[in-house]
Amino acid sequence: MLTYIIRRILYAVPIILGVNILTAVLFFYVNTPDDMARKILGEKNVTPAAIENWKRDHGYNLPAFLNAGEKGTAKLTQTVFFQKSVPLLWFDFGRSDRNNIDIGNEIRHRMWPSLAISVPMFVIGVVIDLFLAMMLAYYRGTYLDLWGLFLGVAMMSVSTLFYIIGGQYFLGKVLKLFPVSGYDTGLYSAKFIILPVVIGIISTVGSGVRFYRTVFLEEINKDYIRTARAKGLSEGKVLFKHALKNAMIPVLTNVVVSIPFLFYGSLIMETFFAIPGLGNFTIEAIQAQDFAIVRSMVYLGSILYIVGLILTDISYTLVDPRVRFE
Amino acid sequence: MSRFVLHFTKKAPPGAQRGTKVKTVIKARFALLCVLLLWAFSGGCTPNNPYRPSESGANTFYTTFVETPKHLDPARSYSSDEYDIIAQIYEPPFQYHYLIRPYTLAPLTAEGVPGPVYLDKSGRKLPEDVMPEKVWRAVYEIKIKSGIKYQLHPAFAKGAGGGAAYSSLTEADVKNVKTPADFPVKGTRELKSDDYIYEIKRMADPLVESPILSILEKYVLGLKEYADGLRADLEAVRKERRAKAGPGYNQTVDEKENPIALDYGKRALPGVEKVDGHTYRIILKTKYPQFIYWLAMPFFSPVPEEADAFYKQGALADRNITLDRFPVGTGPYMMDSFDPNMEISLARNRDFHHEAYPIAGEKGDRENGLLDDAGKTLPFIDRIVFKLEKEAIPRWNKFLQGYFDNSGITSDSFDQAVAISSAGKPELTDAMREKGISLITSVRPSTYYSGFNMLDDAVGGYAPEKQKLRQAISIALDYEEFIEIFNNGRGIPAMSAIPPGIFGYIEGGEGVNRYVYTWDGLRKKPERRDIEYARKLMAEAGYPGGRDREGRPLAITFDNPWVGADSTPMINWYIKKFKLLGIQLENRTTDYNRFQEKMLKGNFQFFSWGWNADYPDPENFFFLLTGTNSKVRFQGENVANYSNPEFDRLFKIMENMENSPARLKVIKEMTEIARKDSPWVWGYHPVAFGLFHKWVGNVKSNAMANNTMKYIKLDAKKREALRKEWNRPDLWPVAIVFAILVIGSLPAIFAVRRKRRGKRVA
Repeated sequence: MLTYIIRRILYAVPIILGVNILTAVLFFYVNTPDDMARKILGEKNVTPAAIENWKRDHGYNLPAFLNAGEKGTAKLTQTVFFQKSVPLLWFDFGRSDRNNIDIGNEIRHRMWPSLAISVPMFVIGVVIDLFLAMMLAYYRGTYLDLWGLFLGVAMMSVSTLFYIIGGQYFLGKVLKLFPVSGYDTGLYSAKFIILPVVIGIISTVGSGVRFYRTVFLEEINKDYIRTARAKGLSEGKVLFKHALKNAMIPVLTNVVVSIPFLFYGSLIMETFFAIPGLGNFTIEAIQAQDFAIVRSMVYLGSILYIVGLILTDISYTLVDPRVRFE
Repeated sequence: MSRFVLHFTKKAPPGAQRGTKVKTVIKARFALLCVLLLWAFSGGCTPNNPYRPSESGANTFYTTFVETPKHLDPARSYSSDEYDIIAQIYEPPFQYHYLIRPYTLAPLTAEGVPGPVYLDKSGRKLPEDVMPEKVWRAVYEIKIKSGIKYQLHPAFAKGAGGGAAYSSLTEADVKNVKTPADFPVKGTRELKSDDYIYEIKRMADPLVESPILSILEKYVLGLKEYADGLRADLEAVRKERRAKAGPGYNQTVDEKENPIALDYGKRALPGVEKVDGHTYRIILKTKYPQFIYWLAMPFFSPVPEEADAFYKQGALADRNITLDRFPVGTGPYMMDSFDPNMEISLARNRDFHHEAYPIAGEKGDRENGLLDDAGKTLPFIDRIVFKLEKEAIPRWNKFLQGYFDNSGITSDSFDQAVAISSAGKPELTDAMREKGISLITSVRPSTYYSGFNMLDDAVGGYAPEKQKLRQAISIALDYEEFIEIFNNGRGIPAMSAIPPGIFGYIEGGEGVNRYVYTWDGLRKKPERRDIEYARKLMAEAGYPGGRDREGRPLAITFDNPWVGADSTPMINWYIKKFKLLGIQLENRTTDYNRFQEKMLKGNFQFFSWGWNADYPDPENFFFLLTGTNSKVRFQGENVANYSNPEFDRLFKIMENMENSPARLKVIKEMTEIARKDSPWVWGYHPVAFGLFHKWVGNVKSNAMANNTMKYIKLDAKKREALRKEWNRPDLWPVAIVFAILVIGSLPAIFAVRRKRRGKRVA
């Protein structure tokens, strides 16, 4: 298994490097360092000299990938890409371009509120999705199944924004059961977490239940289920012990790959509920043309994606003895 | 769910079944306990209360911020959102009087507001109204009050040897430090003139990136040379470091790990002189009467050298503990907590010097209760909490629930808050009045305008027919309608660049732009000239029906960086209005970067822009139209690239005059020239609407002052009582929803059970 993981990590190196190069190319295709300087220095009194000075002080006066004016290795090292993107390989995220904050520190600080929302939303959401999906599979063909499906389709057709605004309005404003938005630290964060978690679960339950129901229905039509029933096992046992276990591969594919992204948070949720997480960190950085944050978050995203895929592969071996690391 | 419980317990032994029931009861009780605990944490009977129970009844003002502040360093900060915070902490020598209008400067830490002393080359004093070319130096001597102390801060803490207690901090020293307040030892010291001088020098530091350095360099004696010297020092350090490190040198990483601290004392700055411990002089190269207004802005606040040195330590910078986030000032408040993604709170500075509420105001202030606290010691509020609320809907809902003490009004909530009376005046709706909310309106010192590229062959130029073309478009662009549609009536159509409240703005018939309006003496209001008149002007301009002599339609491009829901309707509005004259308006919306690039290169015909005043003087608006400030030629702020020699000549005279009838005469002449040339469609001046709950007092809008929180008072007991009254929770709808779900599920459960029973029988 260790050899497999090492091999997968080695495969990841060119991918990560490629992502970094692509990020830099795309970013500078859309924004020149002059654009960045102009945006960051503000709208008033931005002189050409101030732009030049800003570029020099932030290392954006160098060529992007190849410095023809230098000799030897400096041709590569004295470039924006080397100076800015290579330190990412050892997780040195550097400082933000727009306000000089330490990005690593900011990520460490902002990931906890994101996790506080996304972990319960994810865990409870998956449990509820699986449970409801099994219930619909169990009651398949009844009006409960029909209405469950109808509700599922209806719920997945509604925008998340609607759930958020509606939830804030009814549960926060009209019924006054939860704070409309906000966040606090420690135990006090509990009352701010409930409403976004509830809304987050409700907004995804439709699609989740439909997906898992399909998985379960496919499974319960297989021969081993017929055998289990013929053995006289109760329907609950058939579903929970046999069908669920065998449906784990598609379930895990869907679930495990999402786990590393939990710390990324949710943009809309965090913006509307004023959660100080990582959800809008990248979007804010893109809007502010802060390349330092954008490249850090994209890099982190690519690492997390690779970690998610490796974890998924490992999880397959845990639920299906036929899967082997080769 | 119950179906499964039944199923699993069916085959269990009776004892186990009883055990399961007991467990279920325990679980239910535990869940109930959790709910009760949550309830308790949430503040008793108001579970939607976003604040901790300990905050109940506290003398704290709750407000919001929409965007994460970029900079709180006074040398760098240049945005009103940031000023809302730092202006309560830092104290420049002067401030704007809270109540008196027109805006008047008053001393803050200074003993008084000094006038400039003009000197000729021989050092002789010149009269105040001397012509600028005769002035060799303009000297501002500022004497600050003695006895003013800084807030308690670890930067002032003394170690055993009498030096700074925290001067060489390591990673280990700051392991558990999140804010400067976490340092156990703190100190203070008296405010000195050195601190003001130090801040001016900081603005020249290339690493500080002060946005007004380019302006100050033009006026402050030797500042440019001083800044150039510091830049040379910086480059020398970089060169040396690179030479030492070799080809693999990484400037970004190195300067993060080993920040460069430039030595401000290495060279002299002749434009700033220390007279004594409490007096300093600023020497300008030329006459610049508006300079005094800059001294009321946070840029000229004192920064103690100890604080700068404290924050420049790498171990603190790595933890994002910097002067850019944790200000050190002498003002009524000091930074209490700083989480720019959640909450910024300011606490009363216990070492704040004595300052009293103003004893005089303008007409009507006494009747409005704004002088009830005259002479009382400031500030009135103990804490100010700024909560990050990016979205308008939750922000508005929390204001209505009483959890924020003030609010602006967005387009979404405008109809809920404001109704326009039959007289056309904005009034609060009944729902707002019932809550005791008050509405404060004020015209912002801003101008939102559209403009023509005066360098363009089609729409630019100064020939009479070109003037008429632009005047015709100015008539067609009905900004009264624009304000109604897109701004809920919150604006005043502009007659020139100068907004109300600024010297040079003329009300009534005399102030009307006759090229676009006529004056209705009966109704005492301006009437926009009709579209037929505009069409006539078009014909005189050589475009009858919007077509040139060869019959080709006049097409004009419209550049803007607009995004968002309103952008398309706004663009369509412009297209429709141009169409009234037969002109084809071609929209060219681009992203902000390309838009800026087009403006810089002059690759545009018609555009939309805005300007917020730095200080209340017509010079700060008319400079936007001077030839020497052209965007294309000099990268200045004159985006229209307007250049009229007579206007420029008069500007030179006007900018150096004190407010007087003579100055007003010059302003009128300049206004007339600009109106005739019409480089701008004058647009409108926005009107800000602010709402305050009834427990908030002493509120008066002041568009120039930012340090106004010290004047505000609130009745925390009344607020607490009303919050409880407004936020009693309703639980019955939740019970109904659960009941519907359970009842709805029962038939299906029974159906399956019947089916199973039937199967078993079979």
